[in-house]
Amino acid sequence: MSESGQESTHRTIERVARESYGRLVAYLASHTRDVASAEDALSNALVAALVTWPRDGVPQNPEAWLLTAARHSLIDLVRHQQVAAASEPTLLLLREEPKEVTLSGFPDERLKLLFVCAHPAIDPAMHTPLMLQTVLGLDAARVAHAFLVSPKTMGQRLVRAKTKIRDGGIQFEVPQEHELPQRLDAVLEAIYAAFGIGWDDMAGVDQRGRDLAEEAIWLARVLLELMPGEAEVRGLLALMLHCEARRSARRGPDGRYVPLSEQDSQQWSLPLIEEAEGHLAEAASRGRTGRFQLEAAIQSVHAERAHSGRTEWAAIMLFYEQLIRISPTLGTRTGHAAAVGEANGPEEGLAVLDGIDVDAVSGYQPYWAVRAHLLQRLGKTPEAGDAFDRAIGLAEDPAVRKFLLQRRG
Amino acid sequence: MQFALLIYESPEAFATRSSDGTDPYTGAWQAYYKALVDAGIYVGGDPLQVPETGTTVRLKEGKRRVQDGPFADTKEQLGGFTILELPSLDVALDWAARCPAASAGAVEVRPLAPATKLRITG
Repeated sequence: MSESGQESTHRTIERVARESYGRLVAYLASHTRDVASAEDALSNALVAALVTWPRDGVPQNPEAWLLTAARHSLIDLVRHQQVAAASEPTLLLLREEPKEVTLSGFPDERLKLLFVCAHPAIDPAMHTPLMLQTVLGLDAARVAHAFLVSPKTMGQRLVRAKTKIRDGGIQFEVPQEHELPQRLDAVLEAIYAAFGIGWDDMAGVDQRGRDLAEEAIWLARVLLELMPGEAEVRGLLALMLHCEARRSARRGPDGRYVPLSEQDSQQWSLPLIEEAEGHLAEAASRGRTGRFQLEAAIQSVHAERAHSGRTEWAAIMLFYEQLIRISPTLGTRTGHAAAVGEANGPEEGLAVLDGIDVDAVSGYQPYWAVRAHLLQRLGKTPEAGDAFDRAIGLAEDPAVRKFLLQRRG
Repeated sequence: MQFALLIYESPEAFATRSSDGTDPYTGAWQAYYKALVDAGIYVGGDPLQVPETGTTVRLKEGKRRVQDGPFADTKEQLGGFTILELPSLDVALDWAARCPAASAGAVEVRPLAPATKLRITG
């Protein structure tokens, strides 16, 4: 095969791996609950594809080919791992060619896998890493970078979590109606956490942030495909799309940090904003409001500036008030204070900040940034300087640090 | 437990040592130090003079070998250390990421070894 032909075969394998990874792992693991073995089997199948496909051509149904190869590999793996007697039921299960596998496909078990990853029996800190790895196929090193953990440690934590899934009796099933809202929240939280990491890393110096934000949006799209009727799934997707629409406006041409209020709205992506608005409207029509829809609504008000040229801070303030009732996190309360400061003046904004527990904010950078901004507007220079110092000292992004240093003066 | 943040700095970062103290790097360090103290985790630490001031001593076969300059010949050089009292490595890595040297050089996080110290000090 010619070099360009080989290259295109490699690209096909990459694309199939990306699009099918989660589907294949979810399907393989849903029978055995053994996510780690399913991943090993699939990576063996992908290696086999890298050898076979450039030689024999890409099979007509690449996904079915990978599934068959992975099933064979899984049978070998199980045989090696366990004593013969204990593995017999698993082997029988695997050898039996399931009826549901046809040329046209096999059942999509990714939803079950998402619920397994965010199961209450799994350490909440591992929900997002597990999803990124098992549904999207990110390797442990990439997940580790994103979470600021050493690759070895992340690898060990992932292994422990998968062992728990296998041995802890966690079922591959979509939760029952009565526990669905709570369980779905955990899934949404985990997806949003991935996006948040990507969002905080605004520099995108090593691409880790940008990639992770895209992965999170991808996960939300998968979830929406599987649960099109859930308003909060649309709310989450709308929220992330609104934020994503502003990505390029958050940096000046020289890499300078540009705060939202000073961004050139002409640089925002209108297609992304429109898509976000569509999801938000569809979610609202279902009449079940929730945290993510409210957060998306706040971003929607900001996006309105692209048309009107101004920001309706009073509307943002009201959405924050609703949000605090269902999700009184530090981030929500700080955002509320900032909105009050813009809508009703810096003194009122400061009063809201003063209502937050001091111990809780000692390491929370946005609180100090908002506080510094409000104090500066009141002309309280020495107090503002102290708050700026705290915000600068807690900032991770060098561009944000530089921006705050300049503002402090 | 206590962790040392070993601060590795680039030549550009070392060059700010002779500035008037208003450069962004020094400003970021002032703010970072304040944040460490305010968070109640700062145990101690110090910057070191620039690497060129280092002198390395070895005894080889009973003979003194003295070498000008630092022990390792790398672009980024040890520029100082900070000792923090923190509950876990995860938290230590968070603080390391906020350190101004993390974006201008590198920060190595190492737990202190109190048991080894005890073996030496008795």
